[in-house]
Amino acid sequence: MANYHADKKGRYGRFGGAYIPEMLQPNIDDLSARYLDIINSEEFQKEYLSLLKDYVGRPSPLYYAKRLSEKYNTNIFLKREDLNHTGAHKINNTVGQILIAKKMGKERIIAETGAGQHGVATATACALMGLKCVVYMGETDIERQAPNVVRMKMLGAEVVPARSGNKTLKDATNEALRDWICNPEDTFYLIGSVVGPHPYPDMVARLQAVISEEIKVQMKEKTGKENPDYVIACVGGGSNAAGSFYHFLDEESVILVAVEASGLGIDSGETAATIALGDIGIIHGSKTYLMQDDDGQIIEPYSISAGLDYPGIGPQHSHLKDTGRAIFLSATDDEALEAVRELTLLEGIIPALESAHALAALKKMKFNKEDNVVITVSGRGDKDLETYMNRFHLK
Amino acid sequence: MNRINQLFKNKKDILSVYFTAGYPNLNDTNTIIQSLEKNGTDLVEIGMPFSDPLADGPTIQASSLTALKNGMSISKLFEQLKEVRKTVSIPIILMGYINPVHKFGIEKFINKCAEVGVDGVIIPDLPFNEYYEEHQQLFENAGVTNIFLITPQTPDARIKLIDDNTKGFIYMVSSAAVTGAKKGLSEAQLAYFTRVNNLNLKNPTLIGFGIGDHESFTEACKYSKGAIIGSAFIKMLSKSSNFENDIKKFISSIRNN
Repeated sequence: MANYHADKKGRYGRFGGAYIPEMLQPNIDDLSARYLDIINSEEFQKEYLSLLKDYVGRPSPLYYAKRLSEKYNTNIFLKREDLNHTGAHKINNTVGQILIAKKMGKERIIAETGAGQHGVATATACALMGLKCVVYMGETDIERQAPNVVRMKMLGAEVVPARSGNKTLKDATNEALRDWICNPEDTFYLIGSVVGPHPYPDMVARLQAVISEEIKVQMKEKTGKENPDYVIACVGGGSNAAGSFYHFLDEESVILVAVEASGLGIDSGETAATIALGDIGIIHGSKTYLMQDDDGQIIEPYSISAGLDYPGIGPQHSHLKDTGRAIFLSATDDEALEAVRELTLLEGIIPALESAHALAALKKMKFNKEDNVVITVSGRGDKDLETYMNRFHLK
Repeated sequence: MNRINQLFKNKKDILSVYFTAGYPNLNDTNTIIQSLEKNGTDLVEIGMPFSDPLADGPTIQASSLTALKNGMSISKLFEQLKEVRKTVSIPIILMGYINPVHKFGIEKFINKCAEVGVDGVIIPDLPFNEYYEEHQQLFENAGVTNIFLITPQTPDARIKLIDDNTKGFIYMVSSAAVTGAKKGLSEAQLAYFTRVNNLNLKNPTLIGFGIGDHESFTEACKYSKGAIIGSAFIKMLSKSSNFENDIKKFISSIRNN
């Protein structure tokens, strides 16, 4: 059976690794040496599970979406990560990493954020633990995700605008890495997705794996079956997809579907469909599929969804693409918006723009009537109301 | 013996200057190198611009962006460098991030370096282990030196490992910082230089990051074979309307105050 997980060097097939300047090497070596022992310790597990249950509000429901199922003539279950505290799956990872940071004696937490969900989840975990928090966020994203900026500030975080490039997630990540280079002793970089140098992709996937762990149990309760037939999730860096797939990777009967954001269209020049367009390169310390030009310069991505607006993708997903273990689709801005409206009107759930890309896959696939299809609703749409107001002419 | 080893054998107080290829204008590369050599620079480091230079501060970020807008690329730079060896004899080092090199092809890149007379490369995000396991032979066969960085946080054992596996010099990053950090050297930094010196490395060191004037250059030279100036030089170029004159003044101000 193929191995879909990281090896000791953080390689997923030909992807992953840790391409970092020497300035970051001691921090990465320290974290690589300790993260598994910490995560597997009884003390961590006890505290992490207790926070997931009582603070995050897990398990999140697996909801049978009756009207949506009728429309697509199959059985659709929604994994409701939007119901977590702070409104998205991101908090699963931040409460885990904050415990690791504390264990390592770090006092200052830095993070990058795109849609602001990871920034909010990090600021929340820092408030909970009494740690200093600095969040880097692209200036473009600060404008289009204003409510999350207010939340982070209320939670006591300093929000620093990233002003290079397109002023989005990639640029915020660059700034966070520069901060870490300048503050190697007291600072922990709390990465929000399954990207970055090893051990981050593996560490974040393990902390998000609770999503698929719960799906397995809930599926059995609801249908009596061991596994769903499909698991569908959106992918930018790919943390909710990594968590949704984790416990199904070795269950080859389960079809895994990742949906990228193609912006105005794959060939429009305004897209974030990394797998569809990318070739192999190195971004933020990891070898992976990447949107780059013929000279190896990174192409600025575009998506209406700030959380998917990233020119790379987690190295594990690149490996899932190479091995054929997962199917990669893409959805445009318009298709995502249509999916927002559909879910809102059929089920009374307003999803985040990111999650809407996963829902948009329904129109692109053929299911049997008896299939059980799980779609992860990674976040709620509160942060996107400004966009919805404009695009749906609700002013 | 290659030009880098030759230089370190014969000289001390080595002044190395970094600039970004294609900045301020696409075809300034050779003019700048010639002018640097003429005015007493011992070593040049040419930055290959990258869209996302994560170890660089605002000055080098901005120069990289301009250079890319001007149309600079690795292939373009090699074309320019073919000409430069006709007149320039000081060692030349290319410095840049792994992704453009990976896209160009590492083997092709190293062979091209050898062909046009580039003596060494610095690729900060090509980690030592990967170099050691996958590329060392390629570099050595081509006679191109791979220069590694060390920082105040690098453990002694790792410094020794790096020292054992490189020939040329070790780039001693003066502090935990991106490029263009503020000038001047603190007590803690001097203690770190002393600690490294006490390791009795087989390779000489050059100090970089935070070196930008006569005082910091002179201080750094007390603890190593010389120092590297980057952001301060680029800032000067950004304001210059007469390179030859201003480069002369700049180098002289570093050497002689």
